[in-house]
Amino acid sequence: MSGTKEMPLSIQDLPNSYIGRSVPRPNARRLMEGRGTYVDDIQLPRLVHVAFLRSPYAHAAIESIDVSAAQRSPGVVRVVTGTEMAKHCTPWVGVLTHLKGLKSAPQYALAVDRARWQGEPVVAVVAQTRAQAEDAVALVTVEFKELAPVVNMETALDPATPVIHPKLGDNLAFERRVEAGDVDAAFATADVVVEETFHFGRHTGVTLEPRITLADYNAGDGKLTVYMSSQAPHMTKHILAEHLGLDEDDVRVVCNDVGGSFGIKIHTYPDEMSAAALSIMLKRPVKFLADRLESFVSDIHARDHRVRARLAVKRNRITAIEIDDLTGIGPYSVYPRTSGVEANQVVNLTGAAYDFANYRAHCRVVFQNKNVMCQYRAVGHPIAFSVTEGLVDAAAAKLGMDPAEFRRLNLIADDAYPYTAASGLRFEKLSHQKSLAKILAMMNYDALRREQAALRNNGVYRGIGLAAMIEVTNPSAAFYGVGGAHIAAQDGCTIRMDPTGGITCATGVTEQGQGTETMVAQIAASAVGVPIEKVRVVTGDTDTTPYGGGTWASRGTGIAGEATLQAGRALRANILEVAGALLQSAPTGLDIRNSVVVDAGTGTERMTLSDLGKTVYFRGNELPDGVRPELVATRHYAPRAYPFAFTNGLQACWLEVDVETGFVKLLKYWVVEDCGTIVNPRLVDEQIRGGVVQGIGAALFEHCIYDDQGQMLNASMADYLVPMAAEMPDIEIGHVETPTAESVLGAKGAGEAGTAGAPAAVANAINDAIGVLGAKVTAIPATPQRILKGLGKIDKGQ
Amino acid sequence: MIADREITFTVNGERVTQPVEPRQNLVDFLREKLGLTGSHVGCEHGVCGACTIRVNGLLVRGCLTLAVQADGAEVQTIEGISDSGEIAVLQAAFLERNASQCGFCTPAMLLTAAELLKENPSPSREEIRQYLSGNYCRCTGYQSIVDAVEDAACSVAGGTS
Repeated sequence: MSGTKEMPLSIQDLPNSYIGRSVPRPNARRLMEGRGTYVDDIQLPRLVHVAFLRSPYAHAAIESIDVSAAQRSPGVVRVVTGTEMAKHCTPWVGVLTHLKGLKSAPQYALAVDRARWQGEPVVAVVAQTRAQAEDAVALVTVEFKELAPVVNMETALDPATPVIHPKLGDNLAFERRVEAGDVDAAFATADVVVEETFHFGRHTGVTLEPRITLADYNAGDGKLTVYMSSQAPHMTKHILAEHLGLDEDDVRVVCNDVGGSFGIKIHTYPDEMSAAALSIMLKRPVKFLADRLESFVSDIHARDHRVRARLAVKRNRITAIEIDDLTGIGPYSVYPRTSGVEANQVVNLTGAAYDFANYRAHCRVVFQNKNVMCQYRAVGHPIAFSVTEGLVDAAAAKLGMDPAEFRRLNLIADDAYPYTAASGLRFEKLSHQKSLAKILAMMNYDALRREQAALRNNGVYRGIGLAAMIEVTNPSAAFYGVGGAHIAAQDGCTIRMDPTGGITCATGVTEQGQGTETMVAQIAASAVGVPIEKVRVVTGDTDTTPYGGGTWASRGTGIAGEATLQAGRALRANILEVAGALLQSAPTGLDIRNSVVVDAGTGTERMTLSDLGKTVYFRGNELPDGVRPELVATRHYAPRAYPFAFTNGLQACWLEVDVETGFVKLLKYWVVEDCGTIVNPRLVDEQIRGGVVQGIGAALFEHCIYDDQGQMLNASMADYLVPMAAEMPDIEIGHVETPTAESVLGAKGAGEAGTAGAPAAVANAINDAIGVLGAKVTAIPATPQRILKGLGKIDKGQ
Repeated sequence: MIADREITFTVNGERVTQPVEPRQNLVDFLREKLGLTGSHVGCEHGVCGACTIRVNGLLVRGCLTLAVQADGAEVQTIEGISDSGEIAVLQAAFLERNASQCGFCTPAMLLTAAELLKENPSPSREEIRQYLSGNYCRCTGYQSIVDAVEDAACSVAGGTS
């Protein structure tokens, strides 16, 4: 197929396109040799280290602090309390105007007067080494007066419960209601109603590289450089400047290699703000590195929801869903993204894969004296889909209908788009039906059901769990910017050609291992017409990359990828204009293939890019008059037509429950995902697999367990369980490709889908396995204890 | 505080003599004093495996080993084992399978995989999964790592047959 003038080649059809190819990640090689640059690998002259005394209590008044012994401890440079820190770092408040009514209290870098969760930093100690700083922390004496902690979110709003921030009046941070259609009538006239209460444990990200900040203030020029393990350098730059009293242009944030983030490393943390403030106070580099025990009580937690839900069915069709969501977020709404977003997402997303009109949702977000909670991979999605899919399975069971067939009858039809969900979400184009058909074929569903039935006769309890899902990707300004946050929805790419013919791309999105730099290189190489080996990609440095939002909400490929494509096309046009002048040919008759300018029609080589580059940069005298070469181009892109480009998918889990021990063995897992245009199939699949395994972690293992005094009981890597290699199944992945029409590239995000759907698929599979015994589990993680309780074999535990 | 002790040992074939704080663990010493930052510190309590290094031919947790214990020992880190070419086949398989995302666990994962293949040149997927269970990875979900180790085993077996 050759391109005609009427139909220009699409990016996928270019002669040397890398779109759709599983190119290995060039930047992974150095990581495999231990030659990466994580923040802790950076050594700076006069570097000192900060360690924190953290509140041992969930809620306590700080009566007095004695730092004299700590100050005399060997190697100590400075000891700082909350009152002093407040003079150097102003407090922040995590609210956004579009989350109407959301309230929170000022949060300080170090607690002033009162500590509000176990783990809140109270005193900072700076010393020559981290060990010396920790030695001195042990010598700080703080008189705490314990106050009654607010721990249980169910009673947080009771009049008898203490108010954590008296000035706020109560412990309610945020509340939202949605009402669509006639819910009461739908339930009153239903053939079948199912009702359930679901519990979701708190868990956290456990990035293998802990949070780390190395702040280097140069008093000579008044500039602050901060090396961080972060997902959003430009956002962080703004926050540092805002609260440390600096001009934003005097702050530079650099993110080199990042050892996992998953949404953990995108929030404002008091310990990291303290480290930056201390660097300014001491006029020297200061490093803060969370140790693992600190990570568990200071990295944001996620989930922690209780959802009461019911679903109505009439003539085998879902007619209504009603949910009531309660979530506890710790003592502060986290800045700047706020802690209202997860509950808001639960309200938006519940039921959203299904075609029904009557929807009532109510969410309440309450303060409590536990670690703060905020956005982590697949924000709100696992809750919304666990609730929906749990109800859908329950309804199918009550109707005596196969759960796959019930989904087929109720998922939104593939020809129904554009479609507006009952919750108000707008979908451009999704492919639920095609995806369902594909996954059922992949897993050989009918044969699996027969195998399940046969094994049951032998006392082997296996289950199949299905979960339909959608994912919020490519967010527009509607997500944060509209509410007043300095969080860029657009992203940019600057792409230039050097005299060598080499291409350098600088982009505002960041790399945490998902393959951002490879994706950008693939698109740039394709758009310009060079081999990928000729492309370098720069990320993570606010001094050298275009202003952008960074990497979150599955926006890298869909937004920065499109900006790269547009910038690459612009550079290509610039190159061809110069080439046309030098070769006395019309630029429209020329093309760039494999780093050579060729005649578009015949492919005849005319000039290499390296020759062109050398002419432009070194021998400008050879250029015809009037030619002003610009071998650089910048383009920015932000979606506007839709607030989000939703993806969709189906997940399926096949597992076995040992009904004597309650242990679950995962046997196989399938995913069908529609994330639009796929730039790199392998990288997409690996995002999905990694995401599924984090979702499996939530479903079976991960839980921040608190006692009734607000003490986290399992705050170590030994006690907090994460998935290990031996327990994980092989995950087979299939795709449907429905590109978004809003961009030329057509890509949507893929980073969170796995995590969004896996808890629902696993929980449904467990209940499918033990349902025949009359058992059911509606709380995750579905531990052996909970499963045995569901089976009636033990009566303790929750 | 106990005074520093001088230790002499071999790191990636180079002889090193340095004073060390008796309480300093081996991975911190390698990272901070010798600049060998390829071994990572993930938990400091011996669970995650990111600090895995080779001492006298055996894998140890660098966070549970004191630097003074390495006196007289032969220590190998990811940097040395990469330069010697010993794990080149595994590294190529990891790259091809995208068995590394953020890369923080990867050096230790490679050392562990190399030890497995030394003990068992053709492990089953189940055996690979069991053997790697002392090394946490939060990014990949492990399947690509298992695939890469399987590929490396096949390619070594293919090369010698």
